[in-house]
Amino acid sequence: MTEVEKTSIDYAQFPDKKGHFGIYGGRFVSETLMPALDELEEMYNRLKDDPSFQKEFDEDLAHYVGRPSPLYYAQRWSDRLGGAKIYLKREDLNHTGAHKVNNTIGQALLAKYSGKSRIIAETGAGQHGVASATVAARLGLQCEVYMGADDVKRQSLNVYRMKLLGAKVHAVTSGSRTLKDAMNEAMRDWVTNVDDTFYIIGTVAGPHPYPQLVRDFQCVIGREAREQCLEMTGKLPDALVACVGGGSNAIGLFHPFLEDEDVKIYGVEAGGHGVETGEHAAPLNDGVPGVLHGNRTYLMEDEDGQIIETHSVSAGLDYPGVGPEHAWLKDIGRAEYVAINDDEAMDAFRDLTRIEGIMPALESSHALAYAAKLAPTMGKDEVIVVNLSGRGDKDILTVAAIDGIEV
Amino acid sequence: MNRINQTLEKTRQEGRKALVTYIVCGDPVVDATLVTMHKMVASGVDIIELGVPFSDPMAEGPVIALGHERALANKTSLKSTMAVVKAFRETNNDTPVVLMGYANPVERMGYEVFAQRASEAGGDGLLTVDLPPEEAEPLNEQLKKVGIENIFLIAPTTTKDRAQQIANLAGGFLYYVSLKGVTGAGHLDVGSVEAKLAELRQLTDLPICVGFGIKDAQTAKAIAKTADGAVVGSLLVDKMGALAEQPAEDIADAVVDLIRPIREGLDELKS
Repeated sequence: MTEVEKTSIDYAQFPDKKGHFGIYGGRFVSETLMPALDELEEMYNRLKDDPSFQKEFDEDLAHYVGRPSPLYYAQRWSDRLGGAKIYLKREDLNHTGAHKVNNTIGQALLAKYSGKSRIIAETGAGQHGVASATVAARLGLQCEVYMGADDVKRQSLNVYRMKLLGAKVHAVTSGSRTLKDAMNEAMRDWVTNVDDTFYIIGTVAGPHPYPQLVRDFQCVIGREAREQCLEMTGKLPDALVACVGGGSNAIGLFHPFLEDEDVKIYGVEAGGHGVETGEHAAPLNDGVPGVLHGNRTYLMEDEDGQIIETHSVSAGLDYPGVGPEHAWLKDIGRAEYVAINDDEAMDAFRDLTRIEGIMPALESSHALAYAAKLAPTMGKDEVIVVNLSGRGDKDILTVAAIDGIEV
Repeated sequence: MNRINQTLEKTRQEGRKALVTYIVCGDPVVDATLVTMHKMVASGVDIIELGVPFSDPMAEGPVIALGHERALANKTSLKSTMAVVKAFRETNNDTPVVLMGYANPVERMGYEVFAQRASEAGGDGLLTVDLPPEEAEPLNEQLKKVGIENIFLIAPTTTKDRAQQIANLAGGFLYYVSLKGVTGAGHLDVGSVEAKLAELRQLTDLPICVGFGIKDAQTAKAIAKTADGAVVGSLLVDKMGALAEQPAEDIADAVVDLIRPIREGLDELKS
């Protein structure tokens, strides 16, 4: 094992006491919610170092989610690409089919400890909605999920899964009818029902302490990957790659490696029709800092500060903001954020399916597409770990539509 | 002295309750805003809150959220809202105007530039729904330089410590949110408002206006008993939206018809 140099930044100290990562993060919500956030923060600070809470979380991850998820050497694909060895962190094998459940398990435990009887969630692709409905069913909590009306259409399988699990799904018809509007509507519900409702935010965005606690719950991905990589390759990876919408799977993989300066970190945003066309969902590539959904971060907006519509083939990446910690990691140069467009992601989806027999989610396909570009530029003894954040079953209808096939 | 403080000082001396009205700039048609502002003043409105439309108005109920959508469809921006304030000031130098909206358009313009321009246009206050005291200090600093008051919300959930912290930062008046919910919600509890206001009075001498959920003269009167003023918004925005196809004058007259009984109701409380 090689000893890697530590950087001077103590990443564990972020966010600061007011929830800031540099100038990003914070708490930008209406006054009604501020006391609820204070309460949540206080409870989380108490529980996160409580061994019995941690034990319950770890046991749920082991026996209910099926962790640890494997790290898989995609040898055939790596050989084809002709460069670095690509290892896939198999979050697609988790119960419910994506990394999202790591966080909902954690937040459902918080909901249980808080004594609230009702949970709400927003969802884009539906994975977080399904994961929330799942933990609600298991804990006997009432669950309502807000989903943009357009996403309800393109992710109809997940909508039906949520209904089977007993959740009520609200199709949100305001604004651009996608994830951001679902989040607005969830916030409106929360402000109205704040006494008995726990809001399970699905990504590392929103007001403090959400970006912190979602990150902490997702860090199991990176901790496992670190150990598994050392065990399988005898060293740390040379590069990490993960897709970034809100950025929870990415921060979960990246965070345990931040102090390992020699590990290069790449976050992959949705380039849609191409960053140069303006039709994309890549605020870290083509956005500016602003305030939305409770935090300051990079946003896609016009010159008047109005949030603009985004485009991505993948519903889970179709969001105009990004977690504040990513905004900060970009500014300090610790991570590099690139974009992959729809077509490139579709190619990676097909390649991994045909070459490795693994059907990735369209979100994860963005990370795979970038890894496919990166690998040939690296040596054969170098290692890339890609977060395969979810499985592609939910996307089959989208892919079929692109292929002009009626299923 | 800022127009807000002057006005509320005057209503207090006269033993009157202040009537504060909210409309969205550029809603439902661009030329309805200015004429409605003037007619509201003529029918006894003391303070105008002019909504700055935002693409993601998280604190609004469906009625005002639609108002924001209509205003944006009419290409209304923070800049054009300031232009309307400036035009209003050409013939009205007394009625305070509070710009009410969300943080991002102000962030995009830049705090310093915003303060400069808002002051030049003749604005008197700013209320940013999603900018709690914890995040407000850099903006406050700029607003102070130009004498614009930062209006803060206090909610039923606000603890005593927080209320004190907010009162220390706030200017103009405190806006008490009468219920847990979004604008225009229908579950007003007059008793709990009275109790909370009594608590707030012990913390601050700032005037307190109450809004969210006031639908008619009766609710306005009940709420204003213990408050310095009542804020009416959704009621007006709903009507204006329904009349989108009508001439601007008619829209403004319809707003006046809604305001008149509320003004009369409040005046029955005159001491």
